[in-house]
Amino acid sequence: MISRVWAWAFLGSLIIFFVISVQITTDGRVNFLTIRNSQNILVAITPVLLLGLGQTLVIIGAGIDLSVGWVMSLASVLSALALRAAFNSGLPLFLSVVIGFLAAVVGAGFVGFLNGVIIAKLKVPAFIVTLGSSFIVRGVALLLSENTTVIGLPRGVRNYGNDALIYWIQGEGGGLYFLKRPDVTGDLLRRMNIILPYPVVLTAIVVGIIVFVLRKTQFGRHTYAIGGNLEAALRTGIPVDRHLISLYVLSSVTAGIAGFLSTLRFTAGSAVIGDALLLSSIAAVIIGGVSLFGGAGTVMGTVIGSLIIAVLTTGLVMLNVQAFWQFIVVGTVVILAVLIDQSRDLIIGRMNTG
Amino acid sequence: MEPMLSIKNMVKRFGGLVAVNDVSLDVYPGEVVALLGDNGAGKSTLIKCVSGVYHADEGEVYFEGQLVRFSRPIEARRHGIETIYQDLALANNLDVGSNIFLGREVKKRYLGGLIRTLDNDFMLQQSQMALDSLGIHFPDLTQPIESLSGGQRQAVAIARAVYWDAKLMIMDEPTNNLGVPEQRKVLDTIRTLRERGVPIILISHTLPDIFAVSDRLIVMHRGRKVTEKKISETNTQEIVQYMVGALDDTREQ
Ligand SMILES: Nc1ncnc2c1ncn2[C@@H]1O[C@H](COP(=O)(O)OP(=O)(O)O)[C@@H](O)[C@H]1O
Ligand SMILES: [Mg+2]
Repeated sequence: MISRVWAWAFLGSLIIFFVISVQITTDGRVNFLTIRNSQNILVAITPVLLLGLGQTLVIIGAGIDLSVGWVMSLASVLSALALRAAFNSGLPLFLSVVIGFLAAVVGAGFVGFLNGVIIAKLKVPAFIVTLGSSFIVRGVALLLSENTTVIGLPRGVRNYGNDALIYWIQGEGGGLYFLKRPDVTGDLLRRMNIILPYPVVLTAIVVGIIVFVLRKTQFGRHTYAIGGNLEAALRTGIPVDRHLISLYVLSSVTAGIAGFLSTLRFTAGSAVIGDALLLSSIAAVIIGGVSLFGGAGTVMGTVIGSLIIAVLTTGLVMLNVQAFWQFIVVGTVVILAVLIDQSRDLIIGRMNTG
Repeated sequence: MEPMLSIKNMVKRFGGLVAVNDVSLDVYPGEVVALLGDNGAGKSTLIKCVSGVYHADEGEVYFEGQLVRFSRPIEARRHGIETIYQDLALANNLDVGSNIFLGREVKKRYLGGLIRTLDNDFMLQQSQMALDSLGIHFPDLTQPIESLSGGQRQAVAIARAVYWDAKLMIMDEPTNNLGVPEQRKVLDTIRTLRERGVPIILISHTLPDIFAVSDRLIVMHRGRKVTEKKISETNTQEIVQYMVGALDDTREQ
């Protein structure tokens, strides 16, 4: 469908640009492309990417979900509360974490279900429904968390959110975390690199599942069909209402996973953790080439979009550029991305008719 | 011979407007029945009452001898009534195979059906066969159909209906918005279908086309059926007079 060659090229040039400019501005003391920095970038994009994944599904189906950021916050609070309660009632840590995960996913999924039912069955525009539910969800999250951070989680939670698949200590060798946690301090700890942190692994699994669903299954085909021509989908007997509800549930569930992961990472639940992420998630989706009119776009596009945003943000920070420049740059890229797509469509259109 | 489709005394009102006024008609196996009339005569409304888009206020529809009442278009399709709408009802962002199998995708099953993936190869091959059988050839079936011409899209819509064993085909102005060579293609396709014995209701404005492919024609004027004639028993001049209301079989002359 839409090729994202320029986006890959842009990402590549961005990385080269930051590698060189970070070298120059720090007189060669700081390297942009270290293992540690690359892993930091990966961890940094997981929330934006997860929200963007759900958003991708919904937007391909010609909808929009404005509630994802606040659903993530709600899920963070829910998972922290459930995890703490489970652990305090005597359950083992691993089981408590699983219960925290379920609380996040089920709670978030319920919000998505309500969004979907109101949109599909009562025919209220998605923009309005998810705008309204954003406020409601935000209120509920603040109520549940009693307007503070949910703390008092078992200490071991930290490992789930910050350990990785692989560790590597320069000069000492490496190993797999789940076989044996490296117990190091001081200089060794400073020299230790972690590769593929668990949040990244979980996010990659979600990416894989959604790529599969969109490209290989009937569900994916119907998502494109509904976004491409709703009338055709209805006349060919696709269960449109049910499908739309599923899309909003999935969108909320990916936001719920993001909330769960943030609870693990910070060993705390926060009712405001996702507040700022809605716009970033939509930006990632648009840079990735998903059409806001529906019917077009890919998950890999959204992955690149998220990567571009994360590389930009991290790179600018390393260049000591003041934080607000990030917003200006990301905003410019969003608009440029759409301009590039439009001019390409125009050229291809001319080639077809000419 | 029993009619395939039988419409009896159908009435459809939109508020005070009687769009279809007491119309009855039969369609027999293997014949092409043309439905003519000026803009606003009620042709589209009539066939939408058959295909489940609208619900008639009065009258009955019998299909294969059975009284039917379709509340949604998909129910009519499941009975074998396929409608080629003016707007075609295709997803332009999907390829030919996806469109022909839209809503009825063929799947491969893994792990005892736990995981089911689209069988794109099979659908592509079947689509190719459906198009071939209608004498239609595209260079590349895997392109999104927005890259196809209007006539080619029309062909996809028709191939879809044919593939799913349409027992009755309804075409609402299928040659509208097409160039002349493409109109000819569509007419060829209609002839092919007729040879296969698929009955067709053809709505059109273009009299030469109708005389070229139809067996019988029905003229509507302001919601009423004003005449019904065999093609061999009439000519274009006479039909035009029916269309503008100068002639009317239901009126005392
Ligand atoms: N959904 C509708 N609501 C109100 N009036 C309609 C609707 N559809 C058609 N009509 C009216 O019914 C009449 C017949 O329309 P139509 O069946 O589309 O005619 P035709 O297809 O013969 O041109 C017209 O006067 C049209 O304005
Ligand atoms: Mg019409």
